[in-house]
Amino acid sequence: MWFGAAIILAALIYLGVLFGIAYYGDKRADRGRSLINNPYVYALSMGVYCTAWTYYGSVGRAAGTGLGFLPIYIGPTLMAILWWFVLRKMVRISQVNRITTIADFMASRYGKSTSLGGLVTIIAVIGIVPYISLQLDAVAASFTMLWNYPQAVSATTASTGLGGLDTALWVTFGMAAFAILFGTRHLDVTEHHEGLVAAIAFESVVKLVAFLAVGIFVTFVLFGGPGDIFQRAAADPALARLFTFNPSTLDYSQWAWLTFLSMLAILFLPRQFQMAVLENMNEAHIRKASWLFPLYLLVINLFVLPIALAGLMVFSDGSIDADMFVLGLPMVAGSESLALFVFIGGLSAATGMVIVDTVALSTMVSNDLAMPLLLKFRVVRPGQRGDYGGVLLSVRRVTIVVIMVLGYIYFRVTDTTASLVSIGLISFAAVAQFAPAFLGGIYWKGGTRLGALAGLVGGFVVWAYTLPLAATHSIGGVPDSFLASGPWGIGWLRPYNLFNLTGMDPVSHSLFWSLFVNIGAYVGVSLLSRPSALEQSQASRFINAFTYAPEGDAVFLWRGTATVDDLRAMLERFLGASRTARLLTDYGRSRGVDWSATHLADAELVQHAERLLAGVMGTASARVAIASVVEEESLTIDEVLRMLDETSQVRAYSRQLEQRTRQLEQKSRELEAATAELRAANERLQELDRMKDDFISTVTHELRTPLTSIRAFSEILHDNPDLDVKRRVHFLDIILKESERLTRLINQVLDLAKLEAGAAEWNTTEVDLRVLVDESIVAASPMAQEKGVAIHAHFDGDVPPIWVDRDRIMQVMLNLLSNAVKFSPAGSGLVQVAVTQADDVLQVDVSDNGPGISAEDQAIIFDKFRQGGDQSRGRPQGTGLGLPISAQIVSHFGGSLWVESAPDAGATFSFTLPLASESRR
Amino acid sequence: MPSKVLIVDDEANIVISLEFLMEQAGYEVAVARTGEEALEQVESFNPDVVLLDVMLPGINGFDILQHIRQRPRSQSTAVIMLTAKGREVEVTKGLALGANAYITKPFSTRELLAEVRRHLGVSEDHETLTN
Repeated sequence: MWFGAAIILAALIYLGVLFGIAYYGDKRADRGRSLINNPYVYALSMGVYCTAWTYYGSVGRAAGTGLGFLPIYIGPTLMAILWWFVLRKMVRISQVNRITTIADFMASRYGKSTSLGGLVTIIAVIGIVPYISLQLDAVAASFTMLWNYPQAVSATTASTGLGGLDTALWVTFGMAAFAILFGTRHLDVTEHHEGLVAAIAFESVVKLVAFLAVGIFVTFVLFGGPGDIFQRAAADPALARLFTFNPSTLDYSQWAWLTFLSMLAILFLPRQFQMAVLENMNEAHIRKASWLFPLYLLVINLFVLPIALAGLMVFSDGSIDADMFVLGLPMVAGSESLALFVFIGGLSAATGMVIVDTVALSTMVSNDLAMPLLLKFRVVRPGQRGDYGGVLLSVRRVTIVVIMVLGYIYFRVTDTTASLVSIGLISFAAVAQFAPAFLGGIYWKGGTRLGALAGLVGGFVVWAYTLPLAATHSIGGVPDSFLASGPWGIGWLRPYNLFNLTGMDPVSHSLFWSLFVNIGAYVGVSLLSRPSALEQSQASRFINAFTYAPEGDAVFLWRGTATVDDLRAMLERFLGASRTARLLTDYGRSRGVDWSATHLADAELVQHAERLLAGVMGTASARVAIASVVEEESLTIDEVLRMLDETSQVRAYSRQLEQRTRQLEQKSRELEAATAELRAANERLQELDRMKDDFISTVTHELRTPLTSIRAFSEILHDNPDLDVKRRVHFLDIILKESERLTRLINQVLDLAKLEAGAAEWNTTEVDLRVLVDESIVAASPMAQEKGVAIHAHFDGDVPPIWVDRDRIMQVMLNLLSNAVKFSPAGSGLVQVAVTQADDVLQVDVSDNGPGISAEDQAIIFDKFRQGGDQSRGRPQGTGLGLPISAQIVSHFGGSLWVESAPDAGATFSFTLPLASESRR
Repeated sequence: MPSKVLIVDDEANIVISLEFLMEQAGYEVAVARTGEEALEQVESFNPDVVLLDVMLPGINGFDILQHIRQRPRSQSTAVIMLTAKGREVEVTKGLALGANAYITKPFSTRELLAEVRRHLGVSEDHETLTN
């Protein structure tokens, strides 16, 4: 008995954890830090495809037909390949058009038709009820079995009850309450249930782990590994046929039909639509999910066959229903905790399905069935006061309870020997009826509302007749001969053999006929009927979903008048006052309009309001609600066509313009780049030209200046023969000095020109640098002594000889020395010369203790005709060409010439010359 | 009253030659070696003729010319530009800015004296007329 309490406690704890995760997920979403915005959670959330059917039923089916449990999983795997195209289109359409349910999708596509939305809802509800009953069955059965631990016996339906009601009913109410708590706490305009998705992803993990646990346990603990199981099973021919490919168990056509059926199911089951399409947060996730989801299916199905074989071997007496092998095996092995874990796993699988499907179905019912009816019969009057948000929520809650109760009733009255799998397939076949109208809706412009209605009705009727009706015929007191020979004895109306088609199992048979009628009616009626203006525009939006900008559709098929106040009041009734105010302000801000100041609403505001409402009650109902507060004028189709035509023309033209503009922009950008390059090159050329001009004009100036003096004084002396001796001597002196200056200048200019042009002659010999430096100091001494400047030399030991032009290096030394003397203070000047060897060069430093060279001057003194020194103190002697020439000479031999100095700290000119081994010129 | 000549040049030897020439011709001479000095001298010495070198350290000759022309007192002072650069564009610029004459170096002493005399003659005549 304590174990029973443990089961209930474990179940409650698990449900509590699930709820906690959902709550946390929603909280994170509110704060904007989504928990679920990644492809792994997305793929896991789609694992809700695997319900108690997968958990318990697969084993059951495998025990009966071997690999026949596989098609249900092959289908989704194949579909996953197409997901990037089909699913992504569905997601895009849903996001752009604010679709809230699959019924909403259909209704919106076919002209926002409330009738279509309602029909889809009804079909969905009726179709899913059997599936829900399947979950109830599984949970109840597993609970009952575990309750009887350590006895492992299959439960019969009229077995243990608690408090008078049987287990299944308790489970029903429990799940209903849970679903209400989960999915109907508040209305959300975006209909993103982040907490729900988080919880579902979690339970996908739980059931996977639990199934793997029991699989591993059975394979490796009860038996000696997979090889052991298959060996032993091979010994029994009855078992051997289960995993060998032979005709008795393998019906290829059945496989094909089932695979096809499950391909449709993975798209159109309400829970799959909810998770894959409506809860998708990022289209890019689809790519990863395309292989993650099939991987999940693969892993969860790995141990199905081993468990089935093991169960058949262990329970060869048939004491346990094959569906319950998963639970029975650990129980019989005495592993309590594993059994409990397995139960939780099954509970997880079942609750996942129930929660999501009931939430999806209840939203469908409230938005696409109840709301339109309430609006039509004026129970809900949007033009008048009332809290209609609360109405919507209540409708949803009631729906959940009703659906669960219906599931329970179905569970009670159906043929209870039917396996779990076949119950599930009935639901699959029901939602398959959505396929023609849905897929036609997103790929075929010709599909019309009437066609869709016709197809759905036809397919649904055939489905109902051939599957659930046949399964529940005994309720109505219809005798079993109904199945064998048809109603009123009409043979070709036999539910399992319509038109005398034999050889197919009931599901495939039903699928064939229902789709046949469905597609036929859809296509036929669509071709015969004309779509309304709204239908056409919606069709265009859906089919061209990838080229439509989200809010940018400029075609407003609406002409009418509405006041801002009316719109606001209506929104408040569904969204509440504060949220309405916030939404309107945000929208107004984004458009730069202040709604409090305007009286009449424009078309864009009306459309926006409709969109907001659609998020809460579905597009069809939103349309009705909006229509009730605006005075609408309906456009004739001609006007609409004209608008569409104009718009499309304008759009095409503007697209052309855009393209041409882009091309032009590209060209002009290239032009700009080329022009910029040209301009830069031109500037460089001009600069060089300027520099050349500058050089020439500077040389001209420098040459003409001494000439001026020479000429002027020559003339003066010539014209004044009686000039006093003193002045005569002075002037002649000037003439001589200026002549020398001129000569020097001319020589240097020519020298520099030759050096720069590389036309100089070099006489390279082996030179002892010390000797050369000594000689240069001797040559400079007279000039230095005259000014009172001392020159000292330091030699760092012996220096190896170098190969240079002796005269040229002498020229450099004299230049540096004369500069040093020139800039040393008279009388106390000290010039120091050092020759040192460093690595593979010889370095000569010439330092003076003069005023130093400022940083700006350091930059220019190596330029031609530039001299350092304060300009206002008069031009220093010299041509300004000495340093450039020295630099040329030094660099010719592979060395470099530079200066280090700071104001008031003297200056040191240094140059390097490579050693003999390096360069021989 | 002897005419006043302001010599503006930074080359020492050229200044010596010009000084000799002007003094020999009987004029009162002042010397400026930089642009700033030149402006000061225009103010204080108030010359009748300015012999202005273009290539000066600091403010260049053209700017000084502009300054002189902008001053109301010296608007009619004769300015003879001297330059070693002889490009036509410079000559045009100088004349456009208001120089009375433009002489390239090396100059002929005779020509220079003639120019000075000519421009002094004008202002001399002007003076005698207004006196």
